[in-house]
Amino acid sequence: MRKENRNLKQANSRTYHLMLLPAVILVIIFNYGPMAGLVMAFQDFSPRKGFLGSDFVGLENFRYIFSLPNLWQVVGNTLLISVFKILGNIVFPVLIALMLNEVGRSGFRKSVQTIINFPHFLSWVILSGLFIDILSPSEGIVNKALGALGIDPVYFLGDKAWFPYTMIITDLWKEVGYGSIVYLATLTAIDPTLYEAAQIDGAGRIRQTLSVTMPALMPTILLMFMLSLGSILNAGGTLSASGSSGFEQIYNLYSPQVYETGDILETLVFRLGLENGQYSIATAIGMVKSIIAMALMSFGYWVAKKRFNYQIL
Amino acid sequence: MHLSKQQKIFRIFNCVILSILCLSCILPFLNLLAISFSSSPQVAAGNVSFWPEDFTLKSYKFVLSKSEFYRAFFISVMKVLVGVPVNMIITLLVAYPLSKTKAEFRSRNFYMWFFVITMVFSGGLVPWYIIISKLHLIDSFWALILPVAVPVYNIVMLTNAFKDVPKGLEEAALIDGAGPLTILFRIYAPLCKAMLATLVLFSIVSHWNSWFEGLILMNRPDNYPLQSYLQTVVVNRDVTLMSNSDLQYFNVVSDRTSKAAQMFVATLPVIIVYPFLQKYFTTGATVGAVKE
Repeated sequence: MRKENRNLKQANSRTYHLMLLPAVILVIIFNYGPMAGLVMAFQDFSPRKGFLGSDFVGLENFRYIFSLPNLWQVVGNTLLISVFKILGNIVFPVLIALMLNEVGRSGFRKSVQTIINFPHFLSWVILSGLFIDILSPSEGIVNKALGALGIDPVYFLGDKAWFPYTMIITDLWKEVGYGSIVYLATLTAIDPTLYEAAQIDGAGRIRQTLSVTMPALMPTILLMFMLSLGSILNAGGTLSASGSSGFEQIYNLYSPQVYETGDILETLVFRLGLENGQYSIATAIGMVKSIIAMALMSFGYWVAKKRFNYQIL
Repeated sequence: MHLSKQQKIFRIFNCVILSILCLSCILPFLNLLAISFSSSPQVAAGNVSFWPEDFTLKSYKFVLSKSEFYRAFFISVMKVLVGVPVNMIITLLVAYPLSKTKAEFRSRNFYMWFFVITMVFSGGLVPWYIIISKLHLIDSFWALILPVAVPVYNIVMLTNAFKDVPKGLEEAALIDGAGPLTILFRIYAPLCKAMLATLVLFSIVSHWNSWFEGLILMNRPDNYPLQSYLQTVVVNRDVTLMSNSDLQYFNVVSDRTSKAAQMFVATLPVIIVYPFLQKYFTTGATVGAVKE
C-alpha cells in the first residue's frame, strides 16, 4: 500500500512538471532571457555583433551614466512624482473609504463606487486623449471654467512648473476610487461591538473614528505603503498587477518642453534605448534602477511578512 | 435613529463631497461625449460643454469609415480572443501544482521562486526588445500574446484560492483514480468560479488596454491593435486624421470631434464588461491584504 502511494505521488509529480512546462519555457524566454541580456550593460553593444560578439567595456557605461548631467535631475523628478503619488494614493483612498463607510449600505454608496472606480479600468492612452483635450489652454473645458472665474489659462501639460503636479493629480483621479476598495473592505470587517463599547464609554463620533477605526485601518495602510515602496523609481504610486509604473502616463502626456521636470527614469531609458540606439547606456540605467527597486520591494515584502503576516506566496 | 444637528450637518457635508468627487469623474467624459456628437463649427466656437450642440453622428460615421480603425479594432478583438484563453490556461495549469504543499510536490518551492522573482526583478526594456526581435516576432501577432502569456500576479491569486479548497475532496477523487488534470478541471476550477471570473475580466481589460507592446513591437502601423493606433492618432498632437479624401466631412467633423468619437468607440468594450467587473473587483483589489 505504501509503495503504491509513493508510485502515485511520483506519477502526480511528473504530471505537475508537465503542467508547469509551457509557462516555464515562456518565462525563461521572455523574463530570464532579458535578465541574461543585462550583460550588455557591461558591453559596447552592437545589434550586429549580438550579446556574444560585442566588446566588453567593464563598468564604463556605469561611469558614463553617473556623469550624465541630467541623471540626478531625472532621478529627482521621478522621486518627487513617486512620493506624492504614493502618499496621495494612501491618504485619499482612506478618506474616501471613511466617508463611504459613513453613508452606510445604500444605493447612493453603490453609485458613488461605480462612478469613482471606473477610470481605473481605462488605459492611459484613452485618458491621455481625454486630458489633452480638457486641459488644453485654448479649447479645453478646464481652462474655460477657470476663464469664467477670471483666471488666466494654465498650461497644465506644457508648463514645466505645472507638469509634475498635473501627473500626480491625474493619477490620483484615476486610482483613488479603486484604491479605496481595500480600506472599505477592512472597515466593514471591524467588529461593531467595538463601536458599541466606545459609545458606552462616552466616545463621540470623532473619538470613535480616532480610537476604533484608525487603529483598525493602520495595518492595511502600512501594508499598502510597504507594498508600494518598490514602485518609487517608476514614478508609480499604486500597487497593480504589472508592478505600477508612471511610464504609460508620462510617456503619453509629456513633450520636450517639460523634460526638465517631467522626464523620469523609464522615459529616459526608452528614449536612449529605443529611439537613440544607445542600447548599453539605457540598459545600464535600467539595471541600476531594477536592483534598487528589487531591494526596496524585498524590504517592503519582508516587513509586510514580519509585521503583518502578509504572505504573497 | 435620532441624529443630532451636528450629525446631520456632517451627513450632508459628507454626501456633498462624495457627489463632487463623482462629478469630477463624470464631467470630463460628458464633455468629450458632447464634443463627439457636436458639429465642428460649434466645437471650435467653444459652445460645447456638457450637451451636444448641433447634434450630428458624422464624427462616428467618419471614424467608422476609416479602414485603419477597423483593422486595429479587429486586431484588438483577436488579441482578447486568443490572449485571454492563453492566459487562463497557463494560470490554471501553473496555479494547481503551486497550491500543493512541499510534501505533496517536492519542487513546489523552487517553481514558486522561479515565477515570483520575475515580479521583483526584470532585465528591462532594451534586452527584452532585442530578445523579441531575435525571435523574429517583430510585426507578428504572437508578439502581442506570448510575452504577456504568463500573468504571475494572477497565478499567485489563483494559487491562494486553490489552497483554500478542502483537501478531503481531492483525496476522495484520488481514491477514485482521478489524475491531477481531472482533479484540477472537475474539482478545483468549479469551486473557484468567482476567482476565475475575476481573473478572466482582469485579463480581458489588460489585453484590451495594452498599447505599448503593439507600438514598439509592430513596425507596420497595419499591425497595430486599437490602443496603439489610438496612441499614434490621439496622443501625438501633431498627427491629423483627416486628409483631402475626406472632403465630404470637412464642414461638420474636425480632428477634435473625430478623436473624441474614436476614444468612445474604444472605451465601449470596457463599459460593456464593467458591470461584471464591478461584481468581482473587490476580490482583485484586496488580495491577501484583508484577513477574513
